[in-house]
Amino acid sequence: MLAYYLDLALRSLRRNKVLTALMVLAIGLGIGASMTMITVLHVMTDDPMPGRSGRLFAPHLDPLPLDYRKSADAPDPAVNFTWPDAKALLDAHKATRQAAMAGGSLLLRPEQGGLRPFTVDGRYATADFFAMFGVPFERGQGWSVADEAARARVVVLSDTLSRKLFGSADSLGRSVRLDEHDFRVIGVVADWAPQPMFYADASGKRYGRSDEFFLPLETAIDLRLDGNGNFSSWGKDSAEGRQTSATTSWLQFWVQLDSAGQIDAYRDFLRDYAARQKALGRFQQPPETADVFGLMDWLARQDLVPGDVNLQLWLALGFLLVCMTNIVALLLAKFLRRSGEISVRRALGARRRDIFLQLGVESAVIGVAGGVLGLLIAQLGLWSVRRRPDDYAQLAQMDPAMLLGTVALAIVASVLAGLLPAWRACRVTPALQLKTL
Amino acid sequence: MSLQPILASLRHHKLTALLLTLQVAFTCAIVCNVAFMIAGRVSQLTVPSGLAEDELSMVRVVGTTPGENGAQRQRVDLDALRALPGVTSVVAVDALPLSRDNSTYGTCASREAYEQAVAARSMEGNPGCVQPSVYSGSPGVLPTLGLKLASGRDFLADEYVQAEPGWIVAEVPAAIITRELAERLYHGEDPLGRELFMGGRPPMRVVGVVDTLLRPALRSPSTNQYAMLLPSIPGDTEATYVLRSAPTARETVLKRAVDTLNRLDPSRLIPPSGIRTYAQLRASYFQRDTTMIGLLLAAAAGLLFVTALGITGLANFWVQQRTRSIGIRRAIGATRRDILRYFQAENFLIVGAGIVLGMVLAFVLNALLMQRYELPRLPVRYLPVGALVLWLLGQLAVLGPARRASRVPPVVATRGV
Repeated sequence: MLAYYLDLALRSLRRNKVLTALMVLAIGLGIGASMTMITVLHVMTDDPMPGRSGRLFAPHLDPLPLDYRKSADAPDPAVNFTWPDAKALLDAHKATRQAAMAGGSLLLRPEQGGLRPFTVDGRYATADFFAMFGVPFERGQGWSVADEAARARVVVLSDTLSRKLFGSADSLGRSVRLDEHDFRVIGVVADWAPQPMFYADASGKRYGRSDEFFLPLETAIDLRLDGNGNFSSWGKDSAEGRQTSATTSWLQFWVQLDSAGQIDAYRDFLRDYAARQKALGRFQQPPETADVFGLMDWLARQDLVPGDVNLQLWLALGFLLVCMTNIVALLLAKFLRRSGEISVRRALGARRRDIFLQLGVESAVIGVAGGVLGLLIAQLGLWSVRRRPDDYAQLAQMDPAMLLGTVALAIVASVLAGLLPAWRACRVTPALQLKTL
Repeated sequence: MSLQPILASLRHHKLTALLLTLQVAFTCAIVCNVAFMIAGRVSQLTVPSGLAEDELSMVRVVGTTPGENGAQRQRVDLDALRALPGVTSVVAVDALPLSRDNSTYGTCASREAYEQAVAARSMEGNPGCVQPSVYSGSPGVLPTLGLKLASGRDFLADEYVQAEPGWIVAEVPAAIITRELAERLYHGEDPLGRELFMGGRPPMRVVGVVDTLLRPALRSPSTNQYAMLLPSIPGDTEATYVLRSAPTARETVLKRAVDTLNRLDPSRLIPPSGIRTYAQLRASYFQRDTTMIGLLLAAAAGLLFVTALGITGLANFWVQQRTRSIGIRRAIGATRRDILRYFQAENFLIVGAGIVLGMVLAFVLNALLMQRYELPRLPVRYLPVGALVLWLLGQLAVLGPARRASRVPPVVATRGV
């Protein structure tokens, strides 16, 4: 029966080619615009660590004085950690794994001839960083807690940076001059870039970049290497002492917690810590402000999606709404014009349900064609998004799930659009229509 | 011509007519708001910076030699750049309007106000204090940037002070402020010769007022002009050199400047992103707005296009459906003109109803946008323009089908369908 309806639908659509093309174009434009923006939003809010994100948590402490005024223009200092708090949490070992980290840009002075000095972006981190985030090593390994305590001058390079400096030769054991200090290469990691870069400072760029080097946080503090994230001070800190100050936040802190019980225990531990700090007079906020957030929850709280992108999504959905209204009106007019034909089928014994199905198939055919056109338009839209210089632009690609989603959305939209006209058309009174034939 | 028959016939097509009305209403609401957003962004793009924008180009350099004397290096660089053919003048600055590297300092009109603000730990709500952006530059910065003095004078040669390395502004005796900053700090009194208290330093004296000097990063239109220029010579190994030249010479001047700077210190960094004309800097600052304007225009055009297609498609149907009744009307004396008018009037009614509903929706949508995106209120003048555009569009879209209807011969009335 469906094959027959399909044949009927194709005949009907062929009878009025201009109108069919018009409906396919309308649904294609609406779907294309919407899917472009939905894809952009999807890649921006995607899980950066599939399989691992459920066990990664961001602890939160609020060391700010009660009378501290947060500004709408400046980032919230309580998002980051001070070194004394980070050190206390590291030493407590209450989580399966824990690491403090901060971003840094350093001048690299290659010893190899022909290369001019250039700046590299990377991360200062504590020892658990690699194991906790599952950073894939190609050669060598990360540093140990003992290296860290000894302020060892060691560095882990990304594969790209290693190749740039040493070509295809093994870089393990070689020396790299960063910010006028020599570091020994102890590991090379495959290029590893979770998107969004959830563990980076919230005020910086979160998309389209990766770390080119990693070195021990305590070594960086010891050498006073500059951080490139946000340093927020609420005390009287000098520029020299700010990295270790108890009133300057600049570090990010992540922990791995494996069970619900462990999460609760860690939250209690944090509140306990905050209460003790408050008793000591260092914290002023109530200890209940201390908390622990899951990775996706943490990202959701950070407004990663710019207002413009949100606005573009709403615009695209509004456009789809107008296109849908358009198609409902056109289908209604088209179906009602065939009242005579429908009445003949009804008089010959077709049930309302059959008429409804027949017209539904016709809507779906338009939906499939519109979906295919929408897919092409969405690819064009994403191509134009990729040409923008924004940091998220390069990520704007459709994965297979989104491709299927596009076609599904188009079919659902057109079948929905066909519901009202089909329902109206199958309620046509056959006797009245047959008389006028 | 009476509307009676039109209304009667529309009653037969209630649902279809209602859908078309809805479509026009949605389009009207969205297009009005989109047009308003476009106007807002365009006015941002064209905000004046106060500089001689056409004649400026910049090179940003970062010295990498450890322990280098930045001040000495800068003097050598400036002398070499000044000697380049085509360069009228050159200065070193720390930031420029729209360059995004914004340094602000709490600044007050009197010592009392400053102490109050320090005690309250905030500049906000204090009528004598504000947080302006601060620019510093080497001698000749005012004429090189092309800033226009409204009153007062330029800095004197002995007022310039070399800043210490590390981006800290030097303790200087004088300041040039914008007219809006003067108004905010001194409330209509003559600012010339008045004292200015900035971040616990010895007071500075206001020696000049410029009409316009935009901040490095824009916030709200009311505070975008809160900026001042200080005679503090940037003291870091990182600096931006601003070269002034004839507009046509900018590209060659930039190329020569980069070659010269590389020759003077081959080890320094000159990031490609830091080599640009001021026009490029402005374009890059507003790149997102330009993209957004393009998208908004495309969306508005797309909406109007789809709506026009919908009107034409539906009118076509109705003409086909009513061929017989048109024939009858023609047979009993209606002229072609009457038939044409009939379809035009019908379209006018439907689009009119859509516009009325659309205006209400436009304000609802605007209220939502005001909440979520801090957009200003939609001015009423957008509505009649939007209405006119949609009416015209509707009439254009219905013209084809209506003319086809008017060509239906009266003889159709005597035939079967």
